Amino acid sequence: MSVVTDRRTVANGRNPLPVSLKQARLPRWTPPVLALVAVGAGCGIGLAAGLDSTIQWGLIAALLFIAGSFVLSAAVEGVRQAKDRLATSLVWVAFLLAVVPLASLLWETVARGSKVLDGYFLSHSMGTLPDAMPGGGIYHAIIGTLEQVGLATLIAAPVGLLTAIYLVEYGRGRLAKAVTFFVDVMTGIPSIVAGLFVLSVWILILGFGPSGFAGSMALAILMMPVVVRSTEEMLKLVPNELREASLALGVPKWRTILKVVLPTSIGGITTGVMLAIARITGETAPVLLLVWGAKTINNNPFEDAQQSLPLYVFQQWQQGSEASYDRAWAAALVLIAFVMILNLVARGIARWKAPQHAGR
Amino acid sequence: MAKRIDVSGLSAYYGGHKAIDDISMTIEPRTVTAFIGPSGCGKSTFLRTLNRMHEVTPGGRVEGKVMLDDENLYGSGVDPVAVRRTVGMVFQRPNPFPTMSIFDNVAAGLRLNGSYKKNELKDIVEKSLKGANLWNEVKDRLNKPGSGLSGGQQQRLCIARAIAVEPQVLLMDEPCSALDPISTLAIEDLIGELKERFTIVIVTHNMQQAARVSDRTAFFNLAAVGQPGKLIEIDETERIFSNPSVQATEDYISGRFG
Amino acid sequence: MTASSIADNPPPPQDVRSPVSGKAVRPGDRIFLGLSRGSGIALLVIMAAIAVFLTYRSVLAISGDKADFLTTFDWNATGTEPKFGIAVLAFGTVVSSVIAMLIAVPVAVGIALFISHYAPRRLASPLGYVIDLLAAVPSIVYGLWGALFLVPHLSGLYSWLDDYLGWTGIFSYSQGAARSLFTVGILLAIMILPIVTSVSREVFLQVPRMHEEAALALGATRWEVIRMSVLPFGRSGVISASMLGLGRALGETMAVATVLSPSFLISASLLDPGGGTFAQNIASKFSEADQFGQDALIASGLVLFVITLLVNGAARLIIARRKEYSGAAA
Repeated sequence: MSVVTDRRTVANGRNPLPVSLKQARLPRWTPPVLALVAVGAGCGIGLAAGLDSTIQWGLIAALLFIAGSFVLSAAVEGVRQAKDRLATSLVWVAFLLAVVPLASLLWETVARGSKVLDGYFLSHSMGTLPDAMPGGGIYHAIIGTLEQVGLATLIAAPVGLLTAIYLVEYGRGRLAKAVTFFVDVMTGIPSIVAGLFVLSVWILILGFGPSGFAGSMALAILMMPVVVRSTEEMLKLVPNELREASLALGVPKWRTILKVVLPTSIGGITTGVMLAIARITGETAPVLLLVWGAKTINNNPFEDAQQSLPLYVFQQWQQGSEASYDRAWAAALVLIAFVMILNLVARGIARWKAPQHAGR
Repeated sequence: MAKRIDVSGLSAYYGGHKAIDDISMTIEPRTVTAFIGPSGCGKSTFLRTLNRMHEVTPGGRVEGKVMLDDENLYGSGVDPVAVRRTVGMVFQRPNPFPTMSIFDNVAAGLRLNGSYKKNELKDIVEKSLKGANLWNEVKDRLNKPGSGLSGGQQQRLCIARAIAVEPQVLLMDEPCSALDPISTLAIEDLIGELKERFTIVIVTHNMQQAARVSDRTAFFNLAAVGQPGKLIEIDETERIFSNPSVQATEDYISGRFG
Repeated sequence: MTASSIADNPPPPQDVRSPVSGKAVRPGDRIFLGLSRGSGIALLVIMAAIAVFLTYRSVLAISGDKADFLTTFDWNATGTEPKFGIAVLAFGTVVSSVIAMLIAVPVAVGIALFISHYAPRRLASPLGYVIDLLAAVPSIVYGLWGALFLVPHLSGLYSWLDDYLGWTGIFSYSQGAARSLFTVGILLAIMILPIVTSVSREVFLQVPRMHEEAALALGATRWEVIRMSVLPFGRSGVISASMLGLGRALGETMAVATVLSPSFLISASLLDPGGGTFAQNIASKFSEADQFGQDALIASGLVLFVITLLVNGAARLIIARRKEYSGAAA
């Protein structure tokens, strides 16, 4: 294929290297066409062999595509190019492999969830409705989730913020190191373990009953390290010149932190806290252990069992009737929407505040 | 086996922005050609079009012809990977692979292009390090990470890595701008030796350096901010620095702007 | 990068003495320092309390256990003769997490590379955004989807695996709902994909341009650039991302509880229903447990806690050891 095959020898007498610039290439349309062929063949083989799961069809198509592009490229373009193509097709297949279930998750939730989701569903509790009957709603669960998450945030956000301030602005020495280390450890606590801890102290030892507040304490434990980490990152981004400028004017340190450091990083800190809230909103396990769930509205988070959205989804799934499945999907849709909106707003704040950071 | 570069009517773009406009020049084999000019005049961009590195920048696009002897780098069917194999490059900041040892850094390009016996590889690495005047300093620690070297040594390591694959042309993008004067001198001496074997093109901000190391000098300038850079003139270095034919060149060289 | 630059310029000294009076810190400063240090200490106290109380309740439970806590294949924590052990749970937890990692990590690295190096630029940043959003989907939703959508779709694949690989024993499958440890592994893999992808992508995008150009200028193909400069630079990041994912997989409760059909048997086949995990067992057994039963569940939770601690510790060690390389990269 090459026009110039000027092979020369390296000075040490060995290793002739080809220096032609031209290289036989597969045409640009090869990968998409090959992909189509592979999908077609995958479906064909699947049909012919009577495989009833579409997952298998997809896997066969993916394997055919990967192998086909490698062989074709190795024959035409050489081994190096073939390896490059192999990597490219693997990466594409990995991407598609992941997109399919994640898209299906969202699609199923929206499609099945919108069936019973309406104003009535949002504004009523389950009351005395039998589980197998259609009807009922999630009002009590929304109330419970809002109260539990709100209380958890009230506990975790200040503690997390102040800890981060301590670590960044004051922290040196052994205590700071210990705190940093244990924040890392705390990040890895499984949510059910946090629930068990509160269960052991609050319920088994102190003898309190289940309540929204008990759940909030477990959620707060899960939230604290997340807040500390994100706030720490944000505080570290504040340039030291700002602190020094303020201190040099004779402003006391605590006022420097309150008036200079925190306002500079407030956007990022807010984002971090909101993302942490979004994360604990979906937690089910500790709520299951500590709040128990209820069918009716309980506005008081400090006494008696409450409901929460994720727990509602779980309990409706457990009922196992068509009507309760519908309710579970609808509640899951509300939950996802809530978490997504929190995420979007949080990231919006981060983006909106970002240029200011850059400008400083 | 150095080659001649013949550029005609070359323009380069970043997305919609035209960075250099309609450049034509000839670079003779086994010479050192220096590109000088004020910041932003497109001399680095132009350098990167000579081994098709410009197009790896998002939005990068090139029009025109670059002939390497009788092959057009931008001709159809030309593989940019093969172009970069043939036209080596040394960057502004030394960039040895941080996870590789000194030996592996030099051998990196060779390993891509074929399989070598251990002894062959050793010989080529030694020869390249000697060629980059680095052998004596590192021969006892070839298995240590390349990032442990000083800046000047790292840059010579990068030169060794580039020449190990025996390219036709060596492009250098301000290779000394991150180095101290002594390391700079070492690199300049090295350039003098390397031009025996390679066609060398060097971008520099330092006019003394251009005067010291190059045979020919090209002066680039841009009409105004936002305008594309242009080649003002290219001539024997001596002439450029003593008696340039364009007024702007003289103004730049005598320090009136830039 | 930010950490090191902070270390280079430590914050100004803490005891800013008033130049006039020469006295120690002003009250405002003292209160503020007290508050923030107090929060740090509170965090330590919570951690200590978690360890102490979980251990205390566990000791109560294990001393009442009439069988060996580590090796018993049963969970019967009520009545006068409580017999329970974590053998099945430990097996199930480890196996399902390992399956999840084997599936998720390569795919996640693939997606991360897709976003950072392969996808068309216009697609890349929205994709990264969507992946970040997916990381926030609550686990119970994955559980619901897994139980009502994934499980019915897997039995075909499983009987196919059984046809060809059934002789291994591991992939033998007797018809029925695919509510097995392998399904749990697949679901966990899908769940941790976004987080592992998101962290890996972050690292891949941080690879200094000049390292990639170094490889390109030597005449490397795109894959060779990735192998020479992107993967070595990102390795410790990918490891920590994977460990983060593993930590989540180990402790995941609701998704497992909804998908798995538990039993206290260890079967050689991963495709057949049965088995259990620590977290799933706690969630499933909690409602029927009396106080002693709850203590028993706490004991199993403590084991889970220790395992996740070890995993996180191992991740940290690996990263610390690789730091000289990636740190030198900057």
